[in-house]
Amino acid sequence: MNERIAKAYEARPKRWIFELAVAFVVIALLVWSGTAVETAGTTQSGAVIAWNILKGIFHPDTDLLFNFTTQGVPYLLLETICIAFLGTVVGAIISIPLAFISASNLTPKPVAFIGRIAIMAIRTVPAFVYGLMFIRVTGPGAFAGLLTMSLCSVGMVSKMYIEAIEDLDVHVLESLDAAGCTTWQKIRYGILPQLMPNFASTAIYRFDINLRDATVLGLVGAGGIGAPLIFAMNAYRWEEAGAILAGLIVLVLIIEWISTKIRVKLARG
Amino acid sequence: MKLYDKVFPPKTITLANGKQIKKPRSRMPLVVLVLLAMTVISVRVTGFNMTVLVTRIREFFVILDEMIPPEWSYMPQIWQPLFDTIKMSLLGSFIGSVLVVPFAMLASTNIIHNKIVVSAVRLLLSIIRTLPTLVSALIATYVFGLGTLAGTTAIAVFTFAYIGKILYEEIETVDMGPFEAMEAMGATKTRAFISAIVPQVLPSYLSNCLFCFEGNVRYASILGYVGAGGLGIILNEKIGWREYASVGMILLALFVTVFIIETISRAARKRLV
Repeated sequence: MNERIAKAYEARPKRWIFELAVAFVVIALLVWSGTAVETAGTTQSGAVIAWNILKGIFHPDTDLLFNFTTQGVPYLLLETICIAFLGTVVGAIISIPLAFISASNLTPKPVAFIGRIAIMAIRTVPAFVYGLMFIRVTGPGAFAGLLTMSLCSVGMVSKMYIEAIEDLDVHVLESLDAAGCTTWQKIRYGILPQLMPNFASTAIYRFDINLRDATVLGLVGAGGIGAPLIFAMNAYRWEEAGAILAGLIVLVLIIEWISTKIRVKLARG
Repeated sequence: MKLYDKVFPPKTITLANGKQIKKPRSRMPLVVLVLLAMTVISVRVTGFNMTVLVTRIREFFVILDEMIPPEWSYMPQIWQPLFDTIKMSLLGSFIGSVLVVPFAMLASTNIIHNKIVVSAVRLLLSIIRTLPTLVSALIATYVFGLGTLAGTTAIAVFTFAYIGKILYEEIETVDMGPFEAMEAMGATKTRAFISAIVPQVLPSYLSNCLFCFEGNVRYASILGYVGAGGLGIILNEKIGWREYASVGMILLALFVTVFIIETISRAARKRLV
């Protein structure tokens, strides 16, 4: 018995040259990336600063947290939710035609390739660049934030839509064809039931991410909770930042919990 | 949903053999109603205005127009920050994804049977995950000073939370047979984890780490905005000076880099899974 095990162990596939090469490359890359770390900026007081920041964040400013005017955290959170929600809706709608164009099982290869490159280009531009562009259109405020969010969502959402479209089960369509269904009936009973849960699930997931990324919009003054948060942090008002962060974290956790529930339901039908 | 069925009673269909079945009403109207209500509220709050969008959308392309053609002569000054960005995300992703392994182990219900420990670690991971990266980067710049170290820390923190969640979900779905066998033979939990669980989750773990790294390269370009090193610093500077042709060049360089990294990492991930 033991002999057989030993023999089988001896005969295991040996790829140590490949593994050694991979290890070497990884270590080389890490050493190379380690050269970028400059510790010159680190001061002795770093730990003290960190401690002060944490102290402030854990003693949130309750006046701000429970202030129900337009300056308070609840209203800012509402605004952020609205930006994220509408941004996701607009982004998801834009993504649908884009995804159908770029799905390689529906359109010819070159067209699909161009579509994919376009989606990647949209995804690469950082959010605050879009923010600046849209502020020219609408002026600073929540509207610009919404448009930025929607354009940022397009990249990921359409990528996942493409995958859903490419995974379409065509056998259903063939049997509908055999049963003599028209094109519209085929779309209604063959394609939509397959895509809808997937599309909805992706959109809900993206809503989660948008809510979390909403702080980025604050950088350019495009509405939402980001700007007050960044201002508070830049001015070292950590209690204020703590209040905003506490609100945001609780909100994101709640939304994430709800959205996971809905998505599990969607996935299981 | 019970209430919904009471208000709109399910349709009863009598089959040919006399058997009656109930078909619940579609939930669609309710979903549409909720979505519509949310849309109306959102439009009110954000001031969404189609007319403004249609009449002024040309303004959007003004900056885009100035970015094309990009300023090619600016490229030599981009290399340094570009490599900084890649280095930051590489090191940050590595540190974060290695550090999280013990925490992910503590957060898996099939390995740790103590409910309190599991929920405490999960709560910690959730809170770190919801902390906006920009905020952690900003805090890191106060602690480590302006520069790439702050960016690396922020990326490590983000990767830590992101990989942590995926990893403990992955660990919970593994086949527990080998692990139990090793424990029965007297191996410690850590030993059994390394020999029985790690081989099962390793391919998807590496694949997720690579995926996270891809995203981090893109994300690292934003971090510079708060002074955490990398492309964001020059991006911010050029936007401030309204030299949009240079901005276009930076974005083009970033795009090509991301494209190359994604291609390599996708090829690697295909081999892994």
